Amino acid sequence: MNDNNTPNDWLFEITPKNKFFSLNLKEVWQYRDLLFLFVKRDVITVYKQTVLGPLWYLIQPLFTSVTFTIIFNNVAGIDTGTVPPFLFNLAGITVWSYFTACLTGTSDTFKVNAAIFGKVYFPRIITPLSVVISNLIKFGIQFLIFIAFYFFYYFSGSNLTINSTLILFPVLIAFMGILGLGLGMFISSLVTKYRDFTYLVSFGIQLLMYLSAVMYPMELIKKKLPEFGWIVEYNPLAYIIETARYMLLDIGEISLLGLIYTFTITIAVFFIGLLFFNKTEKSFIDTV
Amino acid sequence: MEKDIILKAENISKQYRLGQVGTGTLSHDLNRWWHQIRGKENPYLKIGDTNDRSTKGDSDYVWALQDINFEVQRGEVLGIIGKNGAGKSTLLKILSKVTAPTTGSIKSRGRIASLLEVGTGFNGEMTGRENVFLNGAILGMTKKEITSKLNEIIEFSGCERYIDTPVKRYSSGMTVRLAFAVAAFLEPEILVVDEVLAVGDAEFQKKAIGKMQDISKGQGRTVLFVSHNMAAVKSLCTRGIVLENGKIKFTGNIDESLDVYSDNANSTEHSVVFDSDTKRLGTGNIQFISAEISDQFEKLKYEFSIGDDLNIKFKLKNNTNEAKSEVGIQIKSSDEMPIFHIMGRDSNFELNHITEQEEYIVSIKDIRLFPGIYTISLTSNTTTGHQIFDSIENALSFQIMDGGKYTIRNLPRAAGLFFLNPEWKKL
Repeated sequence: MNDNNTPNDWLFEITPKNKFFSLNLKEVWQYRDLLFLFVKRDVITVYKQTVLGPLWYLIQPLFTSVTFTIIFNNVAGIDTGTVPPFLFNLAGITVWSYFTACLTGTSDTFKVNAAIFGKVYFPRIITPLSVVISNLIKFGIQFLIFIAFYFFYYFSGSNLTINSTLILFPVLIAFMGILGLGLGMFISSLVTKYRDFTYLVSFGIQLLMYLSAVMYPMELIKKKLPEFGWIVEYNPLAYIIETARYMLLDIGEISLLGLIYTFTITIAVFFIGLLFFNKTEKSFIDTV
Repeated sequence: MEKDIILKAENISKQYRLGQVGTGTLSHDLNRWWHQIRGKENPYLKIGDTNDRSTKGDSDYVWALQDINFEVQRGEVLGIIGKNGAGKSTLLKILSKVTAPTTGSIKSRGRIASLLEVGTGFNGEMTGRENVFLNGAILGMTKKEITSKLNEIIEFSGCERYIDTPVKRYSSGMTVRLAFAVAAFLEPEILVVDEVLAVGDAEFQKKAIGKMQDISKGQGRTVLFVSHNMAAVKSLCTRGIVLENGKIKFTGNIDESLDVYSDNANSTEHSVVFDSDTKRLGTGNIQFISAEISDQFEKLKYEFSIGDDLNIKFKLKNNTNEAKSEVGIQIKSSDEMPIFHIMGRDSNFELNHITEQEEYIVSIKDIRLFPGIYTISLTSNTTTGHQIFDSIENALSFQIMDGGKYTIRNLPRAAGLFFLNPEWKKL
């Protein structure tokens, strides 16, 4: 207020294009209450007017795990070692569904929120961030059920051990969220102009699951399909899921190099996603 | 004294692509990208027509806004007026950062909050109270700010009884009230408002306008206001910008702006001939061919003085041998307020048609309107009024000038509408 008359004290400037790269963290921080309220809205409204309510959070991974156990372990005979197959599947599915929820939730950010984005400005990144965070809460609930089953199997005599790297599990989940967010932001930017990507996501995500070592150990694919195993090996998602099982159930093998590779890819995807998101947010409303 | 400029728009232009996005988008994108990597200018920026809705252009691109420059001072209430499609909403969208300009920049010294449409982001499943928080946060308030104003907001909305009920159970009027209440308690340095007053019942509209006046006058906040409600614009704004086909046509005080705007809408000529391009409604059984206005000396003119006679002469064409008809003439002020409506039957006059074309004249003696621009709308219908033959909105306009034989003082339009000089007596 004190130097209003100097010519260059503009608070902000609206220009045709964003700077090549800008993540306005200060602005996001100013809108933190909005982020919190969006998360709250997502959490409390998802299962309104349903009888089972939040139980739906649990039904989905449990039934999927049961199905996988029957099909892949009992029928197809995938070996999960000393770990009960159900627990093996539940671990994979819980982590995987966090990723899919983040990706599908963020990949249509612009399309779904066009009405609100067309009326009022707030940092657009708040919306995909809120999706990732509210899904984290959902993941937390699903993870509790995993812990419950873990103890159930533990006390009924299964040979279960915990890996000491488990303390890094939150970091791993954070990376899963960031990867989903980055990819989702990237796709959401493309969807504004080319709707084709919506269809790509919905069926691509199912195919991706088979490449992400959700229902089989990574080792198995290398053994059975040596010429295609690298696809799974170079898939950062597969690596994250394998690492999650390593931490939770102490099975599988991970290497430091693989982790560094995975995390580098994740960060790269996130920044590319952010870049596209930034470029799109300024005038997507004209094309969406 | 140095002016305290809070907002400055420099060369704002906005280009839109016509037709369906999708066909040819990819090829245009690639072409654009190819030009960009060679360091050349975007090839599609050069082309583009001015934005005139009614004429067919030859380009796929139009300029919704072109070279808009203006400055807004702190505490000013700026009205942005123009016909549909003049670029008002596009300008407000750019100001509120919903979309970016194609060229140019806007510099601001204050936080801008926009009320482009109330109720944005309301969630039907959540209660009124929860929605107040959510909507407030979307509009840029912090939770603390909302909490401190919560009681005032609820009271202003008049929805206390329903505040813990999900919004999906609200009537549409209640939703709007609640939404406007949230918006009204925003405290940005610059408030952008678009057509929000067009909602709610009359009582609430009055309340809303009152609140807007408080915001601008009482609290000294800068407001940019777009509305088709000319009376609201007039009562709220201090200065106006008239947009026409994406360009600024006029900037100045609000009364002049409104005059320029209503001028935009029709001809400044004292006589018009109606043809196939005239916008008209009705069955066409009888149609107006031409109309003209003149004074007591039968001199055709556009500018009148208080106390002059106003003669409206019009020619009718009887397309279907109607035996009788009725003609209505409506005079409106520049803020679209109807002033009076004249019908033949009020003066015991019947229009009995004998020939195919007939001419009539209506003489209004001694017009006593305050200075300003007024418009004349013509309607022809059956004597019962059940069927409209022809209706031309704002067919003609005329201006009442300052001065004249009766007035010796200044008559600002804000002071009144009718000039009377009754008899005064000391008792």
